[in-house]
Amino acid sequence: MVNFCSFLMNYFQGFIESLSKERRGSLIRCPGEGEECQLRSSASLPNCISDWLKRPDLRIVPAFSLPEDRLNMAASVRCFLRSGKNAVSTLGQRGFHKSAPASAQMMVRDALNQAMDEELERDERVFLLGEEVAQYDGAYKVSRGLWKKYGDKRIIDTPITEMGFTGIAVGAAMAGLRPICEFMTFNFSMQAIDQVINSAAKTCYMSAGRQSVPIVFRGPNGASAGVAAQHSQCFAAWYAHCPGLKVVSPWSAEDAKGLLKSAIRDDNPVVFLENELMYGVPFEMSEESQSKDFTIPIGKAKVERQGTHVTVVTHSRYVSHCLDAAAVLAKEGIECEVINLRTIRPLDVETIEASVMKTSHLVTVEGGWPQFGVGAEICAMVMEGPAFNFLDAPATRVTGVDIPMPYAKILEDNSLPQIKDIIASIKKTLNV
Amino acid sequence: MLTNFSNVLRVCAQRNGAAAVVSARTYADFTTQATFEIKKCDIHKLDEAPATQVVMTRDEGLKYYRVMQTIRRMELKADQLYKQKIIRGFCHLYDGQEACAVGIEAGINLTDHLITAYRAHGYTYTRGGTVKEIMAELTGRRGGIAKGKGGSMHMYTKNFYGGNGIVGAQVPLGAGVALACQYQGNNELSVSLYGDGAANQGQIFETYNMAALWKLPAIFICENNRYGMGTSVERSAASTDYYKRGDYIPGLRVDGMDVLCVREATKFAADHCRSGKGPMLMELQTYRYHGHSMSDPGVSYRTREEIQEVRGKSDPISLLKDRMLSNNMASVEELKEIDVSVRKEIEDAAQFATTDPEPPLEELCNHIFYNDADLEVRGTNPWTTLKSVS
Repeated sequence: MVNFCSFLMNYFQGFIESLSKERRGSLIRCPGEGEECQLRSSASLPNCISDWLKRPDLRIVPAFSLPEDRLNMAASVRCFLRSGKNAVSTLGQRGFHKSAPASAQMMVRDALNQAMDEELERDERVFLLGEEVAQYDGAYKVSRGLWKKYGDKRIIDTPITEMGFTGIAVGAAMAGLRPICEFMTFNFSMQAIDQVINSAAKTCYMSAGRQSVPIVFRGPNGASAGVAAQHSQCFAAWYAHCPGLKVVSPWSAEDAKGLLKSAIRDDNPVVFLENELMYGVPFEMSEESQSKDFTIPIGKAKVERQGTHVTVVTHSRYVSHCLDAAAVLAKEGIECEVINLRTIRPLDVETIEASVMKTSHLVTVEGGWPQFGVGAEICAMVMEGPAFNFLDAPATRVTGVDIPMPYAKILEDNSLPQIKDIIASIKKTLNV
Repeated sequence: MLTNFSNVLRVCAQRNGAAAVVSARTYADFTTQATFEIKKCDIHKLDEAPATQVVMTRDEGLKYYRVMQTIRRMELKADQLYKQKIIRGFCHLYDGQEACAVGIEAGINLTDHLITAYRAHGYTYTRGGTVKEIMAELTGRRGGIAKGKGGSMHMYTKNFYGGNGIVGAQVPLGAGVALACQYQGNNELSVSLYGDGAANQGQIFETYNMAALWKLPAIFICENNRYGMGTSVERSAASTDYYKRGDYIPGLRVDGMDVLCVREATKFAADHCRSGKGPMLMELQTYRYHGHSMSDPGVSYRTREEIQEVRGKSDPISLLKDRMLSNNMASVEELKEIDVSVRKEIEDAAQFATTDPEPPLEELCNHIFYNDADLEVRGTNPWTTLKSVS
């Protein structure tokens, strides 16, 4: 049994690697620039979620419209079947694409776009500012079409001056508007972090509730692919440390839409941590999520997968990894309960505790560094609460490696939690 | 003739031992308004400067006098309370610079917006805060303007965004407020103040760029009191022409010790902004009598002679007083009455500030968020859970 499982794991891993080799160098461009869509014609297509997530070329414009997405998905499925590979299918888990044309499918980037579009329409005080958000349609095309629809007044291109435009955004919020301040990546927010913390987060408290700051700071956070150390840092722990901020980290398209709408409607500063590698990932959207009033409450986690043996707590991109790992482990009879945090601050410790009291084991998974991180906080909170007495083993943190992000692919891949790491950690925690 | 008559009366009153001024001097005695010659402003990228012949009415003069005197006495009281350890932490006093706060407010409306750095007590007052709630905030009591949660550097009132502790950070905030004014089309403007020390901050230049690019209705005002903490302007800036530092933004250099100069320049700048021409920059040349803060004696980097000289020759309150007296716009007694009344107001406020109780412990975790559900906040240990109400 063990041999078969390890064979499966090796095969699975090898499969991913072989695909990586295949698609390296393939450039994907959106049709409309005078070229045929290479996505459709390319034989080397991503086939499973993990593979999809590692594509550096996703930063170049992928297909935007739903019909195009479905075509691409169909093509990739065809290729998958043709290849005769028999990898573990995690596709079913997330209702990837299969049938059901009645329920809509949406990429995370489109969900974010829709959320902003709906909120811009709903409240004229809402506006978006940041680098390239207007005429370029967004560095990652998240704000595509918004400038055309709403114009210069509400979608504002800024110069490359984070500290300045962040301060301007905060001031506008103080004076009654509801800005969405985009950071091209959260790495650049470090230049403006004083405005986020000292001007935005603390002001309501310092003014004894007199001065509110209804602002959303959003943008991609954490590691991308091949962008090296200065562009790969995860800021979840940094921002979640500070009272006065709400820190949100969506995973799926539904998360993205519902949480962004809640963030924009919130009268307080919200740090909204997206993930670049998730932008192009499609998810099924439930019917209720297609409503213009669909919001997801900030501060509530979601159990993505029920389980009995171990509680796996994670956020953002790593929800996918954990679900993949859970699928592999299920074949061995280990049922993982996967919790998608959705919000980092305030942390939904009740959901985590209820789960730990059921499973008696806890593993946290994140992309950020281990020290003083999200996982560290979860462990501390669980220790201080009623769930501690239910633990049969110390909690385990699976994190990024404690180094600045290297560039070379093999090094980068091994700087972040891989599915095999998660599987191994869960097994070790369960002592199997 | 009337004057002589009333002088006689006054003398009689005094001889009779009457304490009250039996004033037969009516309003008809005083000049209702006069024209004053003020210093010409240096201009940068402008075709014309603010007027040098300005009119001030008696009422305006009395109002400016009263407000400046209130600020002066309030700051001196704060000095006293600080030395008695009733005020703690940071305390940056504004005495000497009163003409700036009063002159600016005279040039704008209460519906306009203003933001400054940490030397903010004077502005909190001119923007509508009361002496009582300002002093109670300094002493950290529940009657403070921020309920004791903010302290000296974090006082807020309507259209006044503090009180900001981080040097320079208030300038982009002020431009953001201007953006909101422009966005909402309400013909209001935003005044952002900063000092000579902050004037070298990068974020200020980033703000100049965006304000000019987007033609925001923003007035940037540098209160140049010659010293950024203990460092003189010569030692910190490659160019001390702060009014030119906005480069493409038109600028004015103004005598910040003359309330009328400041008022005229502010009106000039406000007109410029409201006409949609974009931002303007003003440098007010002023002086602070105290050190940077209460922990700085203020004499290690400048001489006592310098301080005395400014006090003697350029004190803003004295300047205004001399103007009014020599133009027969007020009497010595009248101004003394104002002084007495101001003193009393300050004493009452100080009394309140020292006797009002501190905020209740139940307030500790309140106001983290605005318009939010009640939440639980971890105390210093896992068994302490505190409540936060927004």
